[in-house]
Amino acid sequence: MLTILRQNIWRVAKRDFSRAWAHTSSVHSVNEQDVEHFTKILSSPSSVISTLSPSFSSSSDLENFNADWMGKYKGHATTVLKPRTTEEVSKILKYCWERQIHVVPQGGNTGLVGGSVPIQDELVISLSNLSKVRSFDPVSGILVADAGCVLESLSEHIAPHGFIMPLDLGAKGSCQIGGNVATNAGGLRLLRYGSLHGTVLGLEVVLPDGTVLDQLSTMRKDNTGYDLKQLFIGSEGTIGIITGVSILTPPAPKSTNNVVLALPSFSNVIPVFKATRQHLSEVLSAFEYFDRTAYDLALKHGHAAPFPAEEVEGAECYVLLETSGGKKEHDDEKINTLLETILSDEDSLILTGTLSQSPSQFASLWAIREGLTEAVSKEGKAYKYDISVPVSSFAEVVGTVRARCEEKGLISRGLVKHVIGYGHVGDGNLHLNVIATEYNDEVAQTLEPFVYEVVASHRGSISAEHGIGVMKTHALKYSKDAISRQWMRKIKDLFDSKGIMNPGKVLE
Amino acid sequence: MRPSPISQLRLLVPIKRCIDYAVKIRVNGSQTGVDTNVKHSMNPFDEIAVEEAIRLRERLKDQVKSIKVVTIGPAKAVETLRTALAMGADSAIHVEVPETLVPEPIGVAKTLRAIIEQEGGVDMVIMGKQAIDDDAGQTGQMLAGLLSWPQATFASKIDVQADLKSIEVTREIDGGLENMKCRLPAIITTDLRLNEPRYASLPNIMKAKKKPIQKLTPADLKIDLAPRLETLKVTEPPKRQGGGRVDNVVELIEKLRVAGIVAS
Repeated sequence: MLTILRQNIWRVAKRDFSRAWAHTSSVHSVNEQDVEHFTKILSSPSSVISTLSPSFSSSSDLENFNADWMGKYKGHATTVLKPRTTEEVSKILKYCWERQIHVVPQGGNTGLVGGSVPIQDELVISLSNLSKVRSFDPVSGILVADAGCVLESLSEHIAPHGFIMPLDLGAKGSCQIGGNVATNAGGLRLLRYGSLHGTVLGLEVVLPDGTVLDQLSTMRKDNTGYDLKQLFIGSEGTIGIITGVSILTPPAPKSTNNVVLALPSFSNVIPVFKATRQHLSEVLSAFEYFDRTAYDLALKHGHAAPFPAEEVEGAECYVLLETSGGKKEHDDEKINTLLETILSDEDSLILTGTLSQSPSQFASLWAIREGLTEAVSKEGKAYKYDISVPVSSFAEVVGTVRARCEEKGLISRGLVKHVIGYGHVGDGNLHLNVIATEYNDEVAQTLEPFVYEVVASHRGSISAEHGIGVMKTHALKYSKDAISRQWMRKIKDLFDSKGIMNPGKVLE
Repeated sequence: MRPSPISQLRLLVPIKRCIDYAVKIRVNGSQTGVDTNVKHSMNPFDEIAVEEAIRLRERLKDQVKSIKVVTIGPAKAVETLRTALAMGADSAIHVEVPETLVPEPIGVAKTLRAIIEQEGGVDMVIMGKQAIDDDAGQTGQMLAGLLSWPQATFASKIDVQADLKSIEVTREIDGGLENMKCRLPAIITTDLRLNEPRYASLPNIMKAKKKPIQKLTPADLKIDLAPRLETLKVTEPPKRQGGGRVDNVVELIEKLRVAGIVAS
């Protein structure tokens, strides 16, 4: 039974992929001579993992590189290279450029749209071994690091100097800074510190033909013509491989606190958000949203409930707000005024809420929100839509999609278990998750392009922070018009005229 | 001392402000102690004690007359008292001491005895079995000794008998559970599995700001908290030497040979 199911998934997956991209005749698969060559140009024998001779790794050694963590996308790469230096990356790409071998750059492989896994048998270049911090200036807070540095280890590196990374993600323990930049990852601190387009000061990139583009600037201001590095931020490995990142890190806040509020109705989110911005102003660092179903899932999968069940009966959704400031007394006073305002409001904006009383409670409250991705993956197979829509339509969008699933009988037949919404109110970014029992053709067809049409009707974005990857290439048109897509294609061709870089991703 | 027969219980919960357990502890520059300029919160075992007092009231309703929390600590310890009040305690006592003075278990036990004598009619003292900063684990037992009261230490379950005159306490011991019964008044120290403390709700956090906190000094209680022990030096444990990676077995064997672990 399992095998049949798995075969079905494979068939679905293959159909999806072949629509997106197919081998052209001029492209070569990696062969044994290639592997031999790679073994020669790389300094360490452990940098080559291949099922081909002379290396002979088993295909299970390649499993983690060939599939994403959700088990949704799967490729058949025979060879993975783990270079240790920029020069090695350059040598590899130069060779692949000449031989016309397709490559997939891979960081922590924590993406959600299949951008970092091969579609067929492309060569995987993992940046995991490029993991040294190159420099950190404790005065300016400018950090220069190899692309393969894990986000959390960078946080730990700069913490003793009193700095934090300008981005924070649920996947911080595995994701790598190069991948973060290549996918323009957003995350929980974006509201406060802005996107990577602002915080990244410079990049070192190996271009598809092996040329090293050194733009590893450590200057905050550099107004000298075209800002090429911006093209690579969010390019998802389609025009080059990022090997080094220079990034501006902000001073760590001296005081942080958070509050979770249970709201009786979704319509209260906006008045609460308004009041929060007004009262907390510059110390507000996050304003997160999760609906009732998401909260219940978090509790089901292991989080201790912050509220007794009877106190939150009838709560439609929750918000988590965080403050980061320089002085505890100052922040406390602001939070206090906000809470007094909200509690004394005649319209009773909230059912109840809690203010963390210790660093451990602070972490536990965050864990509810940050653990949602994991709770969802424990519950079933998720169709994840990461969309930008006006905050006022968050609940409506989730409701519309749930109604569609009901109408098609997906819920009554048990194909879809839950439709949930959570996300970053501060950035207008909603994570719509449809949790199915299995990845299934019928569910996929019910959801797509339906979800994208809903997003387009709100003039939203079909990918707020997850990128396009392989999942959304066909849907790019809902957010980018023909002229924009045409110019994106021209840029792709300019850097990668042979089309060897991450084929089938971003552009069809 | 205690009005008899009792129809209502008065609970006293001593709590301590400690460096939060999530904080990485660092020794200070002069090696006299640890860096205290970090985030603090209520000792987790004391939080369990506060929670248990509130749960007793939820079970026994009006039979619990009062829940009073007490702390001995610097000015900022008021925040810890407010947290306990927000969880559901009725009132608080703050014995204020300078930040530089770190009271020892015997001093704390004597202070608590003085408070209990001054208050009159405390039926049950529920407190953490130890504080996570000095890990002394002595105060409850010393207090029981000073008062000549029964003690039930490391409680993982507390049941109050219907007549409110005695309690049954379960303790986790090697190889099983020990059930004991003791008469009131008594001292109970709490173990980790007694309960899971609640989050203070916003309305209660607001109400807690208006609950009374009585301020006292050690002099008011005629207590001398001067330390009897002298700390000579505080140092960090030796740093663990990080391991290295080798690329192949040959290299590994070579390293082992150099280290004298395998013969050449």
